Amino acid sequence: MVDASQPRGPKPRKRLSRGNIMLYGTLIVVAMYYALPLYVMIVTSLKGMPEIRMGNVFSPPVEITFQPWVKAWSEACTGINCDGLSRGFWNSVQILVPSVFLSIIIASINGYALANWRFKGADVFFTILILGAFIPYQVMLYPIVIILREMGLYGSLWGLVLVHTVFGMPILTLLFRNYFTAIPEELFKAARVDGAGFWGIYFRIMLPMSLPIFVVAMILQVTGIWNDFLFGVIYTRPEIYPMTVQLNNIVNSVQGVKEYNVNMAATLLTGLVPLTIYFVSGKLFVRGIAAGAVKG
Amino acid sequence: MTSVLVKDLTLKFGALTVLDTLNIDIPEGEFLVLLGASGCGKSTLLNCIAGLLDVTDGEIHINDRNVTWAEPSERGIGMVFQSYALYPQMTVAGNLSFGLRNARMPKDEIAARVARAAEVLQIEPLLDRKPAALSGGQRQRVAIGRALVRDVDVFLFDEPLSNLDAKLRADLRVEIKRLHHNLKNTMIYVTHDQVEAMTLADRIAIMKGGVIQQLDTPTEIYNRPINKYVAGFIGSPEINFFEGRIEGNHFVTDDLNIPLAEYAFQSGKLDRPAWFGIRPEHILSGDMARDLPFSQEVEIEIVEPMGSDTLAWTTLGGHPLRIRMDGQAAVASGTRLLVGFDPARGSFFDAASELRL
Repeated sequence: MVDASQPRGPKPRKRLSRGNIMLYGTLIVVAMYYALPLYVMIVTSLKGMPEIRMGNVFSPPVEITFQPWVKAWSEACTGINCDGLSRGFWNSVQILVPSVFLSIIIASINGYALANWRFKGADVFFTILILGAFIPYQVMLYPIVIILREMGLYGSLWGLVLVHTVFGMPILTLLFRNYFTAIPEELFKAARVDGAGFWGIYFRIMLPMSLPIFVVAMILQVTGIWNDFLFGVIYTRPEIYPMTVQLNNIVNSVQGVKEYNVNMAATLLTGLVPLTIYFVSGKLFVRGIAAGAVKG
Repeated sequence: MTSVLVKDLTLKFGALTVLDTLNIDIPEGEFLVLLGASGCGKSTLLNCIAGLLDVTDGEIHINDRNVTWAEPSERGIGMVFQSYALYPQMTVAGNLSFGLRNARMPKDEIAARVARAAEVLQIEPLLDRKPAALSGGQRQRVAIGRALVRDVDVFLFDEPLSNLDAKLRADLRVEIKRLHHNLKNTMIYVTHDQVEAMTLADRIAIMKGGVIQQLDTPTEIYNRPINKYVAGFIGSPEINFFEGRIEGNHFVTDDLNIPLAEYAFQSGKLDRPAWFGIRPEHILSGDMARDLPFSQEVEIEIVEPMGSDTLAWTTLGGHPLRIRMDGQAAVASGTRLLVGFDPARGSFFDAASELRL
């Protein structure tokens, strides 16, 4: 005999409870708040100028045109150069790739040494490095100009690469040190008993276990360096300005008509690289974190 | 022949002395257990012998070679850790061969050694698996194998069974003993589990506060503990202690008068304040207690039947008393029972120095 009034089996759940309505309502409002500007940008970049002048920013384009994108990429003028953002894009790539690789390689070795090989003065070294993370960049702008000038790197791509590598060091080292500290010490001891040295343990034990933190570091560095404007405008010359600086020059040019569609397309183009990194490695990143959380 | 020699070993972390002038001489083929409560320095000592920690003072010799400054891999030791410490990204075969590959051994030699170790430990079907796909017992076997393939002189075990459940622990304990029986290597084994220490060891070193309290065979430590700490640490259920005075031929407390009988004093008998300790299994009851030098009737308070034996709690002259009886002993709480013991089987300790009398 089953008494229908008695609780039995799975507990029934109400889909449209008051809590759920509140929850989803809030989420939808927040999502729209963030998505709307992006929508306006995309829509505007696909319209011709006459349509934009009609004034309705939210209406979808009547006649889709990719001309603004082509112009932003290869024709827009900054100063004397009229080859659009493409020049800045390649400059940025040339700055980004060595900066990301150098800073991650050096910081991971730093973090590994600090976590596993307790050398003399390690604590002092670490404290100084962390203090570096709290000093505002602006304080160091001019001293770095002098240093780069003395090294003969001022105004070159490699000068900017050096600056990005150095400024990424504190936070990346902290990141790697904390990750390596969390790896059981006995693993490190076992490898030493097995005759592996400093580099042997780093390359064959630590590196293969650290994919997630390398992805995290890469995301941080790629977005940080790609979006950098300040260092780029100060330490390079107009021919090798990174994409962000060039974008600014296109958008803020005061001659002639303000081409909103070209500006929007240029901005979207510039944001594309960090966006792609998020989409591609974001998934890997989450998977990496989850895999690390399940202890064997 | 001496296998491992620890000479005046001292280790300090700043002002804190972790190991204090230790001296141990381990003959070849001996199974030595370092036993102590957590924080006594037993694992630290093992790490020093392994070369994972630099010593502050003293020397370590392995096979008549001074290895005090040698790298861990140059000492001829293999180590097994509590957390197994298997390399998660390598297969079992990769884990076993890692040390050999570091030593740049030829490939066919590596394969032969891995195969032999896998056979000894019966892990051949697991060679292609990753550690994550192994059970705790299998993982610990692979960890032992990692020391085995390197063909080392001395095996070091750092609480290797503490992460396993009780049944598996008992199985692997026997396996380690069998391994030692077959290989006849010198083994140094750190544990806080006295059952492991008693069953495995040729000799036990009981440590406390960075000092070795007693270094002797399990029987000797059990029967003739050198001080009150050792007496209380070894034995489960714990030894019964009575505080009182030695007066003439008797040990006297407030309510008890225990004859010293045939107790063999190490250094003359003197009237002085002292402790008397008697193990729960050395207290007999019923008819067996009648002819002993000391016997008295008590009331049983609590009974803990454990199948193999029965533990009874009572009070003797105002002191709590544990008695270990036969597993089938039919006693209930509230029964009055005659209990007795031979003081010669117990131990007397000086009240001040707590050393054996």
